[in-house]
Amino acid sequence: MNKILKNIRVNILNLTYKAKSSHIGSCLSIVEILTILYFKILKKKDKFILSKGHAALALYCILFEKKIISLKILNSFGTNKTVLMNHLSHKVNGVQFSTGSLGHGLPVAVGKALKFKVNKESNKVFVLLSDGEMNEGTTWESLLFASHHKLDNLNIIIDYNKIQSMDFVKKVINIEPLKSKLLSFGCDVIQVNGHNLLALNKALIKKNKNKPKVIIANTVKGKGISFMENNNLWHYRNPNLQELNIALKEIEKKYA
Amino acid sequence: MRKLLIKELIKINKNKKIYLIINDLGFNVVEPFKKKFPDRIFNAGVSEQNMMGMAAGIASEKCNVFVYSIANFSTFRCAEQIRNDIDYHKLPVTIVSVGAGLGYGNLGYTHHALQDYALMRSFPNMLILSPGNNNELISLLNFINKNPQPSYLRIDKNEHKDTKFKKITITPGKIIKLINGNKKKIILTTGNVQSLAKKMMYKKYKNYSLYSMPMWSMKSKNKVKKMIKNFDEIITIENHFHDCGFGSWLKECVNETNIKTIIKSKYIKNNVINEVGSEEYLLKKYGPK
Repeated sequence: MNKILKNIRVNILNLTYKAKSSHIGSCLSIVEILTILYFKILKKKDKFILSKGHAALALYCILFEKKIISLKILNSFGTNKTVLMNHLSHKVNGVQFSTGSLGHGLPVAVGKALKFKVNKESNKVFVLLSDGEMNEGTTWESLLFASHHKLDNLNIIIDYNKIQSMDFVKKVINIEPLKSKLLSFGCDVIQVNGHNLLALNKALIKKNKNKPKVIIANTVKGKGISFMENNNLWHYRNPNLQELNIALKEIEKKYA
Repeated sequence: MRKLLIKELIKINKNKKIYLIINDLGFNVVEPFKKKFPDRIFNAGVSEQNMMGMAAGIASEKCNVFVYSIANFSTFRCAEQIRNDIDYHKLPVTIVSVGAGLGYGNLGYTHHALQDYALMRSFPNMLILSPGNNNELISLLNFINKNPQPSYLRIDKNEHKDTKFKKITITPGKIIKLINGNKKKIILTTGNVQSLAKKMMYKKYKNYSLYSMPMWSMKSKNKVKKMIKNFDEIITIENHFHDCGFGSWLKECVNETNIKTIIKSKYIKNNVINEVGSEEYLLKKYGPK
């Protein structure tokens, strides 16, 4: 798994540099979550929606590791004529739903989960939200509905990296106490270290108790690169060559 | 047309592929569907954005979804869900708006449907379904059942007392003759303004032919262009604002062509209607003249 984690981070860094794109911090915070989902949890019949579509590059890198998209396609990121937009597109092989505007993934996931539940189909639905999406009205509308209909096939993961677009979440719109909010909406709630594969796996395989499950994954924005961690500058910036080289060296050292 | 819609939905839902989603309305209308298909109807509550996203989610799993609401709730309130989740993904969701035009006249301007064509016809994959009578509604439902796709069904709140069902074939951009008259000068309606058009013909356009176009879209413009050429004069009548409405759409169809057909639009006066009243009263005051 370490090799996969390393490859994904290296590809995220190189491609963000090459494409001069943004959201590198948001991609780096979900590497472990996507890896455990795609290499351990998701079965063929299961559904996954990356609601934080601005972290599309992280998913494209996973799809490459899973050999669903080719290196040629992956390397087209950020070029003209590519299907790899900076937000997620279902025109890319392996992507089940396009996202980019926040607050859309969860309602769609709820629809899928409802369809499976009503028809007694065993498919599970997974959806990964950003903490910024906790500001969206749709998130809470969907939770009310999912909980009312006891959608125990719905698994929501929140990438709680504590930084949204402009500033720290607690400074923009405080969402705490998040766990008790989710509990009061009728969800099962598990808090884990979102960079710990074992902890994530344990939370993801835990059976839902007649309720939707929410995993609050405590993560670090920009995880793995010292100067990017916990710094919202890296929501927007792409590394210059010097920064890229330092970052790649850090990754080499981390996974040596 | 509400009750007829539900009756027909029950008829066409033979393989139980149709889901009906409501946002806490449809009292005394949707019950027969619920009775027949209790596990195919869901009340999303008063949460239209979640409702529309959810409809996309269900439709993405090989089901056909009808979202039943009043125009303001099912269009502007959840416009981005319609654009990103339904239209862009080309999912088989039919968005039903009850109370076309000034159907909910007494409920005030929040419930008037006067700009809904404007929004819905701006989505590239959206098909506008605007029946003017029961025959058209039934035929449109049969079409959409056979060709599921993003669509916007705008129906009259009131039931129509049409006579026997007569099967008609409707395709996007096709015009249907209602009254024979002048071969070159026609009145063209969409939606529930056919009786209004007949009154206008009697007063102003006695020799004109009357046609209806119950299905149109961004994609059918090219086909319509050819139809327009056949006439010298077309007068459109609609219960919608002029701006971005049906008449404007028809005029867009002839853009950058040499078509000389005169197209005139009759519409609801472009303004926020601050007074309430029955549909009849408001149409008389603000409607097509």
